[in-house]
Amino acid sequence: MSDQKKGKKGDILLEMKDIVIDGYSDDRWHEIVKGVDITLRRGEVMGLIGESGAGKSTLGLAAMGFARPGCRLTSGSIMFDGIDLMKASAEERRALRGSRIAYVAQSAAASFNPAHQLIEQTVESTVRKGIKPEEEAKSDARKLYRDLQLPNPDHIGDRYPHQVSGGQLQRVMTAMAMSPRPDLIIFDEPTTALDVTTQVEVLASMRRIVEQYNTAAIYITHDLAVVAQMADVIKVLRYGETIEDADTRSMLSDPKKEYTKSLWSVRSIEKPEDKSEDVILKVDHVDASYTGSAKVLDDVTIEVPRGDTVAIVGESGSGKSTTARAITGLLPPSKGQVLFNGKPLPPTLKERSVDQLQKIQMIYQMADTAMNPRHTVRDIIGRPLEFYLGLRGRERDQRLLELVEMIELNEDFIDRLPAELSGGQKQRICIARALAADPELIICDEVTSALDQIVQKGILELLLRLQKELGLTYIFITHDIATVKAISDQIVVMLEGRVVEQGMKSEILAPPYPDYTKLLLSSVPEMDPDWLTGLLAERAREGSATA
Amino acid sequence: MNNDDDMTPGKPADLADQGYSAAGEVVLIKARRTFLENILRGLKSAPPTALFGLTVITIYIFFALFAPLLAPHGEAEIFDLSYAPWGEEFMFGTDQLGRDILSRLIYGARNTVGIAFVTTLFAFVIGGGLGITAAINNNGWLDNLLSRSVDVLMAIPSLIFALILLSMFGANTLNLIIIIAILDSTRVFRIARAVSLNVVVMDYVEAAKLRGEKLFWILYREILPNIMPPLVAEFGLRFCFVFLTIAALSFLGVGIQPPTADWGSMVRETAGLIQFAEYDLTAAMTPMLPAAAIALLTVAVNFVVDWFLHKSSGLKD
Repeated sequence: MSDQKKGKKGDILLEMKDIVIDGYSDDRWHEIVKGVDITLRRGEVMGLIGESGAGKSTLGLAAMGFARPGCRLTSGSIMFDGIDLMKASAEERRALRGSRIAYVAQSAAASFNPAHQLIEQTVESTVRKGIKPEEEAKSDARKLYRDLQLPNPDHIGDRYPHQVSGGQLQRVMTAMAMSPRPDLIIFDEPTTALDVTTQVEVLASMRRIVEQYNTAAIYITHDLAVVAQMADVIKVLRYGETIEDADTRSMLSDPKKEYTKSLWSVRSIEKPEDKSEDVILKVDHVDASYTGSAKVLDDVTIEVPRGDTVAIVGESGSGKSTTARAITGLLPPSKGQVLFNGKPLPPTLKERSVDQLQKIQMIYQMADTAMNPRHTVRDIIGRPLEFYLGLRGRERDQRLLELVEMIELNEDFIDRLPAELSGGQKQRICIARALAADPELIICDEVTSALDQIVQKGILELLLRLQKELGLTYIFITHDIATVKAISDQIVVMLEGRVVEQGMKSEILAPPYPDYTKLLLSSVPEMDPDWLTGLLAERAREGSATA
Repeated sequence: MNNDDDMTPGKPADLADQGYSAAGEVVLIKARRTFLENILRGLKSAPPTALFGLTVITIYIFFALFAPLLAPHGEAEIFDLSYAPWGEEFMFGTDQLGRDILSRLIYGARNTVGIAFVTTLFAFVIGGGLGITAAINNNGWLDNLLSRSVDVLMAIPSLIFALILLSMFGANTLNLIIIIAILDSTRVFRIARAVSLNVVVMDYVEAAKLRGEKLFWILYREILPNIMPPLVAEFGLRFCFVFLTIAALSFLGVGIQPPTADWGSMVRETAGLIQFAEYDLTAAMTPMLPAAAIALLTVAVNFVVDWFLHKSSGLKD
């Protein structure tokens, strides 16, 4: 640190002016970033926030003087510490990357080479750019692992990427970015793929290390609560333009634009709790396992009341989705049974009648993969109409139109392919496909977690309205507590294949909590820049109290 | 998720701050084009090698379709002048029985290419259908049975195996087509199964299973449309191999039987002329003509396949 000629904190490090970036698709160039300015000072963290398609990742890469294949930097100027990146040669720009500017990608798992040890990859660019000799870089990497609070920092670098968890891998990637002691790090949605409980740890270590080494950073995310913990200033982007610019505290306390306010809109939905005595589905002491592995469900019992929403929460690997697979018959239980309207359902899909299949429908997390990319909306929604209800020709088209209008779209959408729909529209089509079967129970597997806040709100409101109008029952699988608060009547908390707690929303979300529920609830980022600091202090206090 | 950034076109600034409506979300919609427009667009961006390939293939198809009109003489018409030199009446001379080489070359396009095409088509119906079925049944008993049977078939060198089978069942065109199609379907099976494995894990296939769809629907409607690009490319390559195998078998005398004109057997029948190169260069060129016809088509098909693979891989540079 001391041996490098770093400027003072507060000097302007990066200045991007009037940046225009074009993307090429369908034979034309489209502007995807339209004249955005960014000024970043040394030691400052800027949060770039916006929905998918806002141009935030593209802009983040442009800060390195880089445009993805199919994109081009059209105009504007990028000054990085006195170097004009728009005019610099490819060689000069490459020299900066991995030494003075570093990048942390969203999916650490996809960004590491599975064939090399972590420490080799951590120091690779530092050594190759000749910043430090290999031994020095490696001992520094171990120090960074320690700073990032990785377990067993002296030896974790000897492992391969598949031998550590997702959260740990994300921290190793931060160490990799930090290894050459860059002036600027670009974090591109680094915690989006992580569970809430893991996210807290990763955020805390990233924030600590950025502060410790006085590094400037651009933090890209769609989650305002997350960016509030990290950033000094926030820039809200939409459709490639700046909507609002402010320092974090004033942005949160006093947003100027409607759009900015809509970014935390899910938190504003409230559902009055409902308790129905009529049980539509009962999962009765079910055990299940994938062939040859340990039990993934262990004595799971869940009762689902008719016309209500039961939310199943837990982190990944807790058995939430497996429960859904046992209910739908994709994974036959090894013990116990599933009762639907009081009658046991045959354990496997093949033994179930068309009528039984029709009554239970499923909506998936990734609408992208849940719809055949080669089928039009007409095929997608029309098929269950033909298959279950035997509708043909005009009758079918009539019903199709009703369904499309029910999900607040219109007939223009009927002949589109999935690739021509936005994320929210895709999920709506999936909802319409489920509705087309005329079901009694719909299992929603993380249906909103891949969507932007404002779109999530729209989907959740739609689901609530449909429930009221059609008397539907939902099983809602999610790891997002804000969503749970918004739509559930009952909550089931799962951990390691077991049900830890279940009951009415008001009971579960009120103290006293069992340990795990508390950890889960307290890990959800809040719209308060001091939340993370407060949480860490509290956990440290409790840790020392119990020790 | 990140790549969505590339796809979103512009929106006026004043709209950016309005309320939310699902139908109002901005997405990029592909222009609706007719099939013909799509083809013309594709051709415009094709590299010269692909255009060359397409031109050659078109000429071959043209000759195959209109062989009786284009050929100066009949396919099996025998003149009383064998091994006639190149000249006015017989442009490329005549063969050992006195049949016009040019006419036989033109009919050969119809026979060799036509039979190869039909054979490849069969190989794809058999191999593709079973391959996708095996992928749907991933690691079940059916998948294992099919995959292991294919392994056994592939373990035997296919040209020798084809020779044995043809001698056993008799060398006629129908047997030729069936035997080569079955032997080649093993290769198609492998690729169809491999590409389908990436599709069967998709949620939409699971959704179709949950709906209660039967095997044929899942195979034909859910999976097949998504694996077409690699299969079409494979079709081109496979066609070349089939075509070469048939030519080789004909050269060995168990392929397409006389008097049907075929390039492979034409090479064999006139091969002896090569020795006369020092006396009559054009006569020595005669066996080269059918060989060149085979080579040119193979190269042309490969050019087109390369272009198609590049296009369907979605690379932008």
